[in-house]
Amino acid sequence: MSAPLVPSLFGACYILTGWIIWIIDQILYAIGFVIPPINDPLHALGGWLASPAVLTVITWLVMVLVMTIWAVLLNLLTMMWVERKTYSRLQDRYGIMISVWSLPLWPFSRRKDRPTHKGWGYLQNVADGMKLLQKENLVPASADSMMFNVAPAWIAGTTLMVFAALPWSSGLYVANLDLGILFILAAFSLAPLGILIAGWSANNKYTLVGGLRSAAMLMAYEIPLILVVIALVFTTGSLDPQVLVAQQERALTINGVVTPLPAWNIFGPQILGFVIFMVAIVAEMERIPFDLPEADAELVEGWTTELSGMRFGLVFGFKWLRMIAGAGLISILYLGGWSGPVFYTFYIGNVPIPIIPEEVWFMLRIYLLGIFFVLLSWAVPRVRIDQILNIGWKRLIPFALLAIVIAAAWQMLFNVG
Amino acid sequence: MPEFWINMGPQHPMTHGLWNMKVKVDGETITDARPEIGYLHRGVEKISEVREFQKVIVLTDRLCYVSSITWSHAYCLAVEKMMGVEVPERGQYLRVISLELQRIASHLMWLAAYGPDLGLLTVLLWSLRERELFLDLIQLLSGARMNQNYPRIGGVRNDMPENFEAMCKRSIEHFLEKLDHDYEKMLHESKIFHMRTQGVGKISAADAVNWGVTGPNLRACGVNVDVRRLDPYEVYEELDFEVQTWKGPDAGDSYSRFICRFNEMRESCKIVLEALAKMPKEGAYRTKPPRRGEGEGYARTEDSRGEALFYVCGDGDDRPYRVKIRSPIFCTMAATPIMLRGNKLADSVAILGSIDVCVGEIDK
Repeated sequence: MSAPLVPSLFGACYILTGWIIWIIDQILYAIGFVIPPINDPLHALGGWLASPAVLTVITWLVMVLVMTIWAVLLNLLTMMWVERKTYSRLQDRYGIMISVWSLPLWPFSRRKDRPTHKGWGYLQNVADGMKLLQKENLVPASADSMMFNVAPAWIAGTTLMVFAALPWSSGLYVANLDLGILFILAAFSLAPLGILIAGWSANNKYTLVGGLRSAAMLMAYEIPLILVVIALVFTTGSLDPQVLVAQQERALTINGVVTPLPAWNIFGPQILGFVIFMVAIVAEMERIPFDLPEADAELVEGWTTELSGMRFGLVFGFKWLRMIAGAGLISILYLGGWSGPVFYTFYIGNVPIPIIPEEVWFMLRIYLLGIFFVLLSWAVPRVRIDQILNIGWKRLIPFALLAIVIAAAWQMLFNVG
Repeated sequence: MPEFWINMGPQHPMTHGLWNMKVKVDGETITDARPEIGYLHRGVEKISEVREFQKVIVLTDRLCYVSSITWSHAYCLAVEKMMGVEVPERGQYLRVISLELQRIASHLMWLAAYGPDLGLLTVLLWSLRERELFLDLIQLLSGARMNQNYPRIGGVRNDMPENFEAMCKRSIEHFLEKLDHDYEKMLHESKIFHMRTQGVGKISAADAVNWGVTGPNLRACGVNVDVRRLDPYEVYEELDFEVQTWKGPDAGDSYSRFICRFNEMRESCKIVLEALAKMPKEGAYRTKPPRRGEGEGYARTEDSRGEALFYVCGDGDDRPYRVKIRSPIFCTMAATPIMLRGNKLADSVAILGSIDVCVGEIDK
């Protein structure tokens, strides 16, 4: 069975923090040695820093920092890069079709005899970010400047909040909550409030329409999202991501016959819920069939029209973070999370290193789902506001209720007692 | 929420060019609309009066940058009628070939703009890729990629190059294959595309005729009007093609306009191949026109966007006394409030994209 690369993020960060505190202590003692009158207070400070309570608090802060760097600096940039490469290939863009090295998904180029450039293009998004950092943060004269400043921070903050509870493996997580899935969905649905605030406070007609669209859409896709999770709870009995994944980490058994399929939730009565979840999560991610608040065809840039500089960079870039979180949620709920064979474990000293750890299996699912969503959103037009409300209220919610009924009936018929 | 006006333009991703569509919205529903044009007025008609007949072609080329040849051709036709110049048959065939190639390129540009209007950016890249094929063909023919300056009074500028026929056939074969596979799957078979276009932006045939809507937009209403058939110019009466008229239900909506234009690209391909086959293999491709002209001449042609009309009046000098241009989209623009009223704000983009706006020819 599977094994994580990081058995415990807290443990790893505790050791790391211990080293950092030890270095700080040595510096403090050295200063005390040089300046004898403050030797005692410095020793007291060093001892206080190294005390278990303080060390734990600092460890938590370090954990949050590590998870933010992991999610934003590594996975966000990778996801943006994957998106660029995927849709460029779909659109038959010139650069990607003639370059050998810039093809992460398909190693063969039509013209490998004459590659024009040999970059991977990975740092392009970093360069875009640096450009946005240098730009001036403009606040429109007629805007409600406090709300206008709060909104991007609100959206970025709530999106990062998802990663507080989203585990990447059975060890790599910040906090393991009993109601983790509920927390993630709750944190997810806070962002539309920020969009509404941003749309209203900028005092611009385009942003206003975009913000109100976001508020109108919210119910249409949040309710089915929660409802299918309720359907899932009928069969799993838990909202703890660790429990959910552990349940799926075995072979699927039908009438006592063990099948070669894994016991993922998608195989079984939850398939309807899976489809509904996939549709609703696209709206949650603000991707193209449902990206109405930011409909760049009719609303210039929707609710982000008046944002500039890194404010825009944050809300724009964090869309991919929401995509990662959404894909992670789908794989935890329906696709077996991080379960997968390790194949082989080798040891460095006493530390076991799995050759394909859980993190890799989880990221594989995230990026494959990411590619699916990228291809989907670049191959269909955007729907209209009344159409998404129709889809949400008249299709998704009834079918989500049906999914609950099916799950309940399944539970009664096959899993009694 | 009270009703308020939203400026869709002049600097807006929706407007393909510099113009402004003011829409009055009640929530998301459009209650009124007012097009504002004139940002790109260059005074082509007035400048024409101080330039010699031949030199006006440079201006008419720039009436619409995606459809230069059709506009220059309409002007040349009007001047020829005024001067009584007869174009040699080979010249007429060359004109038809260049016109139809230009029509395909223009329709592909429309498709490229229509995709992003609906949020489908992939169609933009694909259409521009295919458009490049036809721009290359036109470049082979005329020597220029855009603003070709190809039709001349009395014929065309130059003969076609060697093996142009083979290249045309190859490109068109490739293009038709793409149309049948990629585009059909991306657009015709897409449920969301149907949702966004069907029943949206409807205009009745009577309204369309009354407001002077012409071309594919009128044919989409079910009216079988094509100047190439009704009032044939050049050699169109010898060519066999089908006028693309919408025959199904929901006439006059965005989808019927899309289908009409889309099928017109196929028809144009057919016309090009047929013209290449029927063309006299040798002979003159132009005659020498007189320098001066007197009298008046008008020509109406089927432009990519509708019925283009040129009226040229000469007073015996080597420059026109008066030039009048009738632009199809200028008239269609007046009918857009009818199409827009009652639809959603997002549909304003889908509707205005489907009528194929070209600001150069509106503002002249």
